[in-house]
Amino acid sequence: MTVPQTLAQKIIARAAGRDAVAPGEIVTCSVDLAMMHDSGGPRRVKPMLEKLRARVWDPERIVVVTDHYLPADDEESRRIIRIAREWVNEAGVANFYDGVGICHVVLPQKGHLRPGMFAVGGDSHSPTGGAFGAYMFGIGATEMLGVLVTGEIWLKVPQTILIEWRGKPERGVVAKDLMLFMCTRLGMDGGKYQAVQYAGEAISALSMQERMTLCNMAAELGAQAGLVAPDAATRAYLEKAGASGIEIERWQGDTGAPLLEHHRFDATALSPQVAAPHSPANAAPVQDFARTTIDIAYIGACTGAKLDDLRMAASILKGRKAAPTVSLLLAPASVEDQEAAREEGILGILLDAGAKLLPTACGACAGYGSFRFGEDAVAISSTARNFKGRMGAPSSKIYLGSPYTVAASAVAGRICDPREFLA
Amino acid sequence: MSGRAWVFGDNLDTDMLAPGKYMKFAIEEIARHCLELVEPRFAAEVRPGDVVVGGRNFGAGSSREQAAQALRHLGVAALIAPSFAGLFYRNALNLGLPALVCADAARIRAGDSVRVDPGAGRIENLTTGESIACEPVPPHLMSMVRDGGLLPHLEKRLAAEKSVRR
Repeated sequence: MTVPQTLAQKIIARAAGRDAVAPGEIVTCSVDLAMMHDSGGPRRVKPMLEKLRARVWDPERIVVVTDHYLPADDEESRRIIRIAREWVNEAGVANFYDGVGICHVVLPQKGHLRPGMFAVGGDSHSPTGGAFGAYMFGIGATEMLGVLVTGEIWLKVPQTILIEWRGKPERGVVAKDLMLFMCTRLGMDGGKYQAVQYAGEAISALSMQERMTLCNMAAELGAQAGLVAPDAATRAYLEKAGASGIEIERWQGDTGAPLLEHHRFDATALSPQVAAPHSPANAAPVQDFARTTIDIAYIGACTGAKLDDLRMAASILKGRKAAPTVSLLLAPASVEDQEAAREEGILGILLDAGAKLLPTACGACAGYGSFRFGEDAVAISSTARNFKGRMGAPSSKIYLGSPYTVAASAVAGRICDPREFLA
Repeated sequence: MSGRAWVFGDNLDTDMLAPGKYMKFAIEEIARHCLELVEPRFAAEVRPGDVVVGGRNFGAGSSREQAAQALRHLGVAALIAPSFAGLFYRNALNLGLPALVCADAARIRAGDSVRVDPGAGRIENLTTGESIACEPVPPHLMSMVRDGGLLPHLEKRLAAEKSVRR
C-alpha cells in the first residue's frame, strides 16, 4: 500500500521524478516555470549569466513581467526597465508582459499556471500561484540564476500545515480578513517555511482571485508556499485564461496524509480585521480602530486591487464619496482587471467617489518608485505589508484591511467597519 | 574569523536591510542605508568580520537578495538567529553569507567578540568564554558557501563540466 501524500508532496515528487517524497528530504526538482519581474529579474540575472557565459535552459518556461519600476520616472528606473526589454529579446523569452500589471496577477490571467505545476518566482509573493494548485514559491535573483542555467532547484520537502475554515463569513468579511486573522493568530513565522494549505467550506466558496489573496499572503505567514486544492472553479478560471492540460482529480492530497499542524477556524464568527502598524500580524477586529482618522485610503497591489477587490470597494462606494479629508488612491492590479472594471461600471463608481487612478503596477506597495507616502501620513491599505518605512516615510503609519474596509474608511475619514454600509 | 556582534530583535525585515527607496541603486548605495531605521550607526561602523545576531524570523518579508547582499558587502561574516525567514536564509547562503540557526542566540550581547565555525555549527563567545552550539549549515549547502556562493559555485561546476567534455 502506498503512503498517503499531501498535495505539496505529490507536486514535488512529480517535479523530482519520483513516485513519492517524504517531508524533510532534500530533493532536486525540475522547474516547470520561472517568473521574474523587472527588479529581481533581468537587471540582476543578466550580468551573472554573462559572467558564466551561460544561456537560459528553456526560454519557453520563463515569464518576465515589468511592474516594480513602472512608471519609470527617473533614469535608474528607466535603465532597469530597459534591461528587461533588451534581455527578453536576447534570451528569446517570448512571454514578456510589459506594463500590463503585477506579475502574480498577470501570470494566471495569461494562462501560464495550472494545477500540479512546480514553479518559482523572483518575488516573495510568488505563493499566489498556489491558488491554482501549483507549488510556487519565491526565490532571490542568484537562486533564479541557478534555475535559469540548470532548470533545477533544490528543496527540502515541506510538511503541510492545514488550515480549515468552516462556515460562511458575514457579508463584508473576505479572504483578506481571514488572512490578517491567521497572521496574527499564527505569527509571521507561523508557516515555518513549510506548505500552508487552506481548505474547508469557506475556502471552497471563494472566487479564484480571493484564493489568490490567501495564497499571496502565505508569504506573510512565513510559509514557502500556499495552496488551495484545485476544483471546478479553478478549471473554469484557467480554461477562460487559455491554460491547457488542466488536471483536477490528480492534484488532490490523500486522506490521512501527514500534517505538521491542523488548525480549524470558524468564518461565521469573524469580524473584518485591521492590522495596525508595522506588522500584518498586528490585527484586531475593525471596531477596535474606530477612532483612527486617516489621510490616505489605498486600494492597490496584487494582494488588494484585483477585479474582485475593486468590486468590493465599489459596492461600498456606489453613490458615496470619499471624505474630503481623505486621498483615495486606486492602483488596479492589472490592465485586464482595470478594463473589466471599466466595462462593469465599477471603475466609474470608484472615480465618481473621488478615487485617483494610479498606474497598474506595484506602486506604493513595493515603495520602489517615486510615489511614496509622506511624513506622518496615516493610511489604510488593501496591500500585504505595513512594515515601517515600506510604503513611505518612516513616520508614516499603514493600517491593513480588506478592500471593503479601505473603501468604508475612505468614506468615513476614519477606520470604519464596512458592515455599516452593507446593511 | 572573529568579530563583534551587532544584536537586533525579532522579525528584522528585508525592508530594513535593503530599504525600498534605494533598491533601484547598486549595492554600494543600498548598503549605505542598511538598517538605518533601526541602528543609524550600523552601516558606518560595522567592520569586516562582524556578525549580525537577530531574533526570531530574521529576514522576514521580501525576496530582494540585496537584504543579505548589503550585509555581505559591508563585510558581515555570519548571521546568527534562533530562526530565519526561509527565503532570506536561502538568499544569504546563495550569496556566500553563512546563516546559523542558534536557539541560544540571545546569549550573545551587543559588542561581544565572537568566533563562528559555520560548518561545525559552533559559536565561541570570546567575551564571555562561552561556547554556543548551533545547527551547522547543511552539508549540501556548505560547499557552496565555501565557494563564496551560488555564482562562483556554478562557475566552478560549469568549468568542470566543460573540462570533462574536452
